[in-house]
Amino acid sequence: MNKDREVWVFIEQEAGKIAPVSLELLSKGRELAERLGSRVCALLFGHGIANLAEKAIHHGADLVLLADHPELALYRTLPYAKVAIELVQARQPYIFLLGATPIGRDLAPRIASAVRAGLTADCTDLRIGDFQRKDRVYPDLLYQIRPAFGGNVIATIVNPEMHPQLATVREGVMRLAEPDRTRRGGVERVEPQFDERDLVLQVLQRVIRPPGCNLKSASIVVAGGAGVGSQKNFRLIHELAQLLGGEVGASRAAVDAGFISSEHQVGQTGVTVRPRLYIACGISGTVQHRAGMDQSSKIIAINTDPAAPIFQIAHYKIVGDLNEIIPWMIHAYHENAK
Amino acid sequence: MTYNCIVLVKQVPDTANISGKTMKDDGTVDRAALPAIFNPEDLNALEMALQVKEQHGGQVTVLTMGPPRAAEVLREALYRGADRVILLSDRKFAGSDTLATSYALKCAVERTGDYDLVFCGRQAIDGDTAQVGPQVAEKLALPQITYAESIQALQGSDIVVQRAFPLGKETVKCTLPCLLTVVSSANRPRPPSARRMIAYKLAATPLECPALLQQWPEFETAEALDRYLAERDQKIPVWTAADIGADEEKLGLHGSPTKVLKIDYVVLETSDSRQVPATPEGASALVRELIQDHIL
Repeated sequence: MNKDREVWVFIEQEAGKIAPVSLELLSKGRELAERLGSRVCALLFGHGIANLAEKAIHHGADLVLLADHPELALYRTLPYAKVAIELVQARQPYIFLLGATPIGRDLAPRIASAVRAGLTADCTDLRIGDFQRKDRVYPDLLYQIRPAFGGNVIATIVNPEMHPQLATVREGVMRLAEPDRTRRGGVERVEPQFDERDLVLQVLQRVIRPPGCNLKSASIVVAGGAGVGSQKNFRLIHELAQLLGGEVGASRAAVDAGFISSEHQVGQTGVTVRPRLYIACGISGTVQHRAGMDQSSKIIAINTDPAAPIFQIAHYKIVGDLNEIIPWMIHAYHENAK
Repeated sequence: MTYNCIVLVKQVPDTANISGKTMKDDGTVDRAALPAIFNPEDLNALEMALQVKEQHGGQVTVLTMGPPRAAEVLREALYRGADRVILLSDRKFAGSDTLATSYALKCAVERTGDYDLVFCGRQAIDGDTAQVGPQVAEKLALPQITYAESIQALQGSDIVVQRAFPLGKETVKCTLPCLLTVVSSANRPRPPSARRMIAYKLAATPLECPALLQQWPEFETAEALDRYLAERDQKIPVWTAADIGADEEKLGLHGSPTKVLKIDYVVLETSDSRQVPATPEGASALVRELIQDHIL
């Protein structure tokens, strides 16, 4: 079983464009495969997308398994799962990675359940290492590393026996290597067959917006949390962000409270950011949130609770009310900026 | 046409409200200090099911798997309008990962009888995996509609559902039975009803009856309490692995492919940090410094 120790990557594409996370996973997959002495296989499903195979190869795939079929034009759980499950059963990959996107999080558990494999969601790191249980050593397993328990612990999960080792991986956490346009690889077409049970769901309409805010590449992020208190108070966050030429971020608590839309969410289930300056306003700082911003060069935290965990990673700690402090900062910026 | 709905819910530690008080001195979270709550998106799932019942008729059954105290969320479900609740509890379930959990839930759903719709929250806040819903769907051979935000039409055996993602929406049409995982933007869950709280005040599982007997000495014997609860339909059934006909090999640690290699408690602390006075002067000095350092 999986003697070839292949690393599989699901290539997510929408309207003929490969999702960034899939390219990041090809880079990571390449690294894992080199460590294992095996190869990277990309699963590319859709309709009229054969031209994307080359891009997958340039980003690290040795082989592309291409399923090009009209019923695969738009993502739907059952037809996509069927193709993936049949391929897994036939070829027994060692590792299978998907992006932790709405599609990856819909598809991966369906595959894991059908093939009875372990699945770890939302990994932020992947490594190869050994696992010892009782007297048995399992060499070269995939260490699936993810924040757990609301992000307050970092768990390393392994799946010693029931392979493939399936994992979904957060967007933006794996480094995207430069494509190598001289790389060569194979393309193998698979011809899926669907019956009516696979097609019980129809997509009537699908509208996907381009990201409305450019959080990921912002050099300054001003973020608000539950402590902002209301949608109205969030205006202050917007005002400061605009003044500093930054973007607005938010904690999950602020999004859940309806202060701001989810595309602004920073953290484990949101966007990962690495700005020059991160100003956390009224954010308690669950590790889940911190996982998305702790690489920021400088962090200012404003919070009324002196014991808030955000202060542990802040370079500048201000214990006080953001409704006072932000206007002071705005005023000071007007006074001092040229 | 009426629709029978099953709602799968979970009692979770309230990981979203971690403050200084629930942190230990070493900076890690004190799990024991966290209250146990009804998983927030499971409340949205319950609300969606209750609305189906109100509009079309049918029964809402709420099922949870957990330790004996998880009966708390079942009482909450009764207070909010559930018709029937079931606790799935057995030491054999302990240590289950999402695959083993979904297997147990699948067996339990099959035992509850006929159903048209299964609802789950999108994900639970303790694990954030969003895996159990789709895995239950796969095991029941049901189509799944994850990220469900609203039911736009329900007629005969067809359902039209709007799904909501961080960057978009999708409308899908599907044939029943199917499983939906519901997002928090779906609705505003109704609060517990005062009338139902009174009606179900004593609702309890057999596991809770000894404690209830101590609390209510009016019931002189366990039998008297049992009769009282049975007459008022307030006995919450507890199903074990044997009751749902589950294969023990597929339960608990044994049935769980994933193993925790290690847990690192997160203590993130920066060495280079300082306090800025919460005054206009403090804020101003900070802004000046950041401008000088070309950070602003």
